[in-house]
Amino acid sequence: MILQPEASFPARPVFRTEGVTRVYRTGAVEVRALRGIDLSLREGEMVVLLGASGSGKSTLLNILGGLDRPTEGRVFFRDTELTHATEAELTAYRRAHVGFVFQFYNLVPSLTARENVALVTEIAARPMPPEEALERVGLGPRMNHFPAELSGGEQQRVAIARAIAKRPDVLLCDEPTGALDIATGAQVLEALHSVNRDLGTATVLITHNAVIQRIAHRVVVLADGRIVRDEPVTDRLQPAELTW
Amino acid sequence: MVRALDRKLLRDLRRIWAQALAIALVLGCGIMVLVGAQATLRTLDGTLAAYYDRTRFAEVFSTLKRAPRGVLDDVALIDGVAQVEGRIATLALVQVPGMAVPATGQVISHASEGAVLNLPVLRRGRMPLPDRLDEVALSEPFAEAHGLIPGTQLRVILGGQSRELTVTGWVLSPEFVYALGPGSVMPDDRRFGILFMPEPAVAAAMDMTGAVNQISLRLMREADPRAVAIALDRLLAPYGGTGAHDRERQQSHAFMTSEMHQLSAMSTYAPPVFLLVSAFLVNMVLGRLIALERPQIGLLKAVGYSTREIAWHYLKLALLIGAIGIAAGWAAGFWMADAMIDLYAEYFRFPFVRRAANPSALVTSAALGLGVAVLGGGRTVWQSVRLPAAEAMRPPAPASFSRGVLDRALDRLALRQTSVMILRSILRWPGRAAITLFGVSASVAVLVMSYFMFDSAQLLGASVFGAANRQDLTLALSEPEGEEALLAARSLPGVVKVEPGYAIPARLVNGAAERLGAVQAHWEGATLARLVDDHGAEVALPPHGLVLPEMLARALDVGPGSWLEVELLAPPRETLRLPVTAVFAQGMGQEAHIAAPALFAALRSVPQVSQLHLSLDAAQRGALDARLGSLPAVAGLIDWVEVERQFQTLLRENLLTMVTIYTAIGMMIAVGVIYNAAQILLSERSYELATLRVLGFSRREVAYVLVGEMMMLTFVAIPLGWLAGTWLAQGLVHAVSSDIIQLPLAITRRTYALAGIAAAVAAFGSVQVVRRRLDRIDLVSALKSRE
Repeated sequence: MILQPEASFPARPVFRTEGVTRVYRTGAVEVRALRGIDLSLREGEMVVLLGASGSGKSTLLNILGGLDRPTEGRVFFRDTELTHATEAELTAYRRAHVGFVFQFYNLVPSLTARENVALVTEIAARPMPPEEALERVGLGPRMNHFPAELSGGEQQRVAIARAIAKRPDVLLCDEPTGALDIATGAQVLEALHSVNRDLGTATVLITHNAVIQRIAHRVVVLADGRIVRDEPVTDRLQPAELTW
Repeated sequence: MVRALDRKLLRDLRRIWAQALAIALVLGCGIMVLVGAQATLRTLDGTLAAYYDRTRFAEVFSTLKRAPRGVLDDVALIDGVAQVEGRIATLALVQVPGMAVPATGQVISHASEGAVLNLPVLRRGRMPLPDRLDEVALSEPFAEAHGLIPGTQLRVILGGQSRELTVTGWVLSPEFVYALGPGSVMPDDRRFGILFMPEPAVAAAMDMTGAVNQISLRLMREADPRAVAIALDRLLAPYGGTGAHDRERQQSHAFMTSEMHQLSAMSTYAPPVFLLVSAFLVNMVLGRLIALERPQIGLLKAVGYSTREIAWHYLKLALLIGAIGIAAGWAAGFWMADAMIDLYAEYFRFPFVRRAANPSALVTSAALGLGVAVLGGGRTVWQSVRLPAAEAMRPPAPASFSRGVLDRALDRLALRQTSVMILRSILRWPGRAAITLFGVSASVAVLVMSYFMFDSAQLLGASVFGAANRQDLTLALSEPEGEEALLAARSLPGVVKVEPGYAIPARLVNGAAERLGAVQAHWEGATLARLVDDHGAEVALPPHGLVLPEMLARALDVGPGSWLEVELLAPPRETLRLPVTAVFAQGMGQEAHIAAPALFAALRSVPQVSQLHLSLDAAQRGALDARLGSLPAVAGLIDWVEVERQFQTLLRENLLTMVTIYTAIGMMIAVGVIYNAAQILLSERSYELATLRVLGFSRREVAYVLVGEMMMLTFVAIPLGWLAGTWLAQGLVHAVSSDIIQLPLAITRRTYALAGIAAAVAAFGSVQVVRRRLDRIDLVSALKSRE
């Protein structure tokens, strides 16, 4: 089944970067993680960032998520420039606009699934009820379980529920299926996919698994800190149709 | 060459230096108190022994009315007596330039051929020449306080006559290490001094030529002081002996012994608290370090290190921390001993101080310090290193949580999730929470125990000055007089009110139990000098019979309804049989109290007075002071306003120093515990806390999880500490109580409040140090590194 192509998105970008460069210095060693990234991401769009380990995709995601700042260049979230935002401003930005999903779920072990979601809804401006977020990822019946009592896939879906419960403007996912087998990975991708489709949340998904690009509207390939390919996906698939 | 494993040891120690230091300091505090108090005791003990030995301080003392010198030969024949000294002692008023009210002087005759016992130590100038009747040597503190250098003239009223004396020298006496004037509650170098005068001069003034009124003895090694005292009493009874006593009841010696008792009790009660807390801390920190190093332990095993070698490696780390604590404790202990001895030197006047360490305290403290390390580290180390290599190299299983009854209760409370995290963390690791609770409550307990001693002193002050002695001035008469003395006193300038007082030395006997003390008569309706208990409440005197302080009643094994034999040791020297009608709570005092009419009825005499308690008009104080110096009947006086001022000054000055030291020591425990607990919490949960930051929690909100847990435990621990502190204070009271002094157990709200606040501040400060580290966490790298 072929899904809608990129052309149907409104022109207004959620993210815009201009010549973003990130240099890490550890002692005498200088690592250029990003070398002049120009990228924009539109409302409702799902973009897959593809690249080998060390290509700079996580660094880019961290900068977009307000966890890191560029060494050079500028970053905009809608009309707000994040480049020189203070620590407190970045915290407020993450709190209001960004949902994160990590490879290792990052759940609080002492809180149940519902409580992990409530952790975020308690500090959000217009959240959905934690129960609704968990229903959305198919975990309604398991919401009173602690992370240690859930499978990897379930834990990741809790993480997704936690990320979407605050109705974020963007969802940033760093290797969300990296630690999962195919079947579980597909379930997680399905959850992300439906969030993007039903809520219209702009989504950036990092992976080194090329197969996954086919669920996105657009794929951006990084190598050695540069964008080497940026093109729409014309033959989109449902997550369940993926095989790897 | 340093082995690789030892190098790792040093690097590990460097990595956890702050935590190791916090533990070492807590341990060090305990060792400091132990070593410091023991060295102080040893120094006081050694100094006193040497001082007594050199000056031939007597072992049995007796005061009598008057006996011919010849009686000394009979005394020497008593079984067990080695040396005898007879002398004349009396009180005098000393007019010191610049002081309106005369000071009280204890005059002691100095034998022409030199004293045999209780030798004064010359500090400056020379002793008076035997044939110079106008020469005097003064006790050093008194002379120093007034700048009475040799050559200065001094006016003294002795035996009712005023005479001009020349100061020849300054001396110290083993009898007055702690020099308390008659009726005083603490030494006052300005108002009380010792005057050594040639015997002929004192004898002439007192009309005592060829006679003595004080006899002291030194005994043979195996002699029983009690038996000798009884024999001496029998011998001296015809001469108006007021009862012989041994050193234990010699005022100066008794006060020092009591002080040393307190010190000894402190060194017994405080250190175990510190040692126990240190052991728990070693356990906690080493446990965490080993948890972090599990893969390394596996690796070491994989390459062939034995379990024993690895265990020894980690145990060495614990021992190293112990060794640092021991070294710090020793150093601080020596410092503390020096400081305390300097402090004591202000009240205890020694001609020299023989500073001594206490080697057995050093050995004991070292053994305890290392024992703490082994006790604290041993179990954790052994359990962890016994894991098979393969298992050790795998990360430990994540903490599992499950929902229980408590969780349903939590749901109902509808707490914020960060608060739920705090509660679950405490419930999930109850052992660690218990250590934190124990540590903080120990801190509070030590503070309560330390501050409580000031409460006792203040209570005592309030009782002595506020309730018992409201008079401005007490005049001690040289001889009891009839009640007409009241009228004479009333006519003195500025006297607003006069009340009578009467005390007579007595031996109180109940079968085999007996005590040397006094009987004090009280007049009905007295408002100035009253009989009060430890809490300042007035004790009502029944119309008949004796009222005894608890301690005295216990020592004599009597209670209300019992009968006592009261052997009066001053004229009329009768033996009365009186009922005990009541017992009241009073920590100090060896006096039996009785209503004046009851006493004088038993004596079949008209009422007499030996003390006059005066209430004064402050405006006319000058005129009164001018008259006091020339009243022959007055042997001594107590200026209560001045005594109270001095007491308060003393308390204030000591308070500042001691409160500072105690607070620092007490807070150290809370710092050590909370710093380590918070550090471990951060180390275990930095990943989780960094995740919260990523999710958009502010620094303050994330810090709440850390600070909240620590402060919640602290606030639970504080009331526990109050309980434990009260219990420790009870133990301390019990330990320092002798049959002469018993501290009242009174802990004020202020003490509880201060102890709680100090511990809370220490905890909050420590957790803030760790919080700063949390604030600086680099989010990106924290997310990357999973344990």
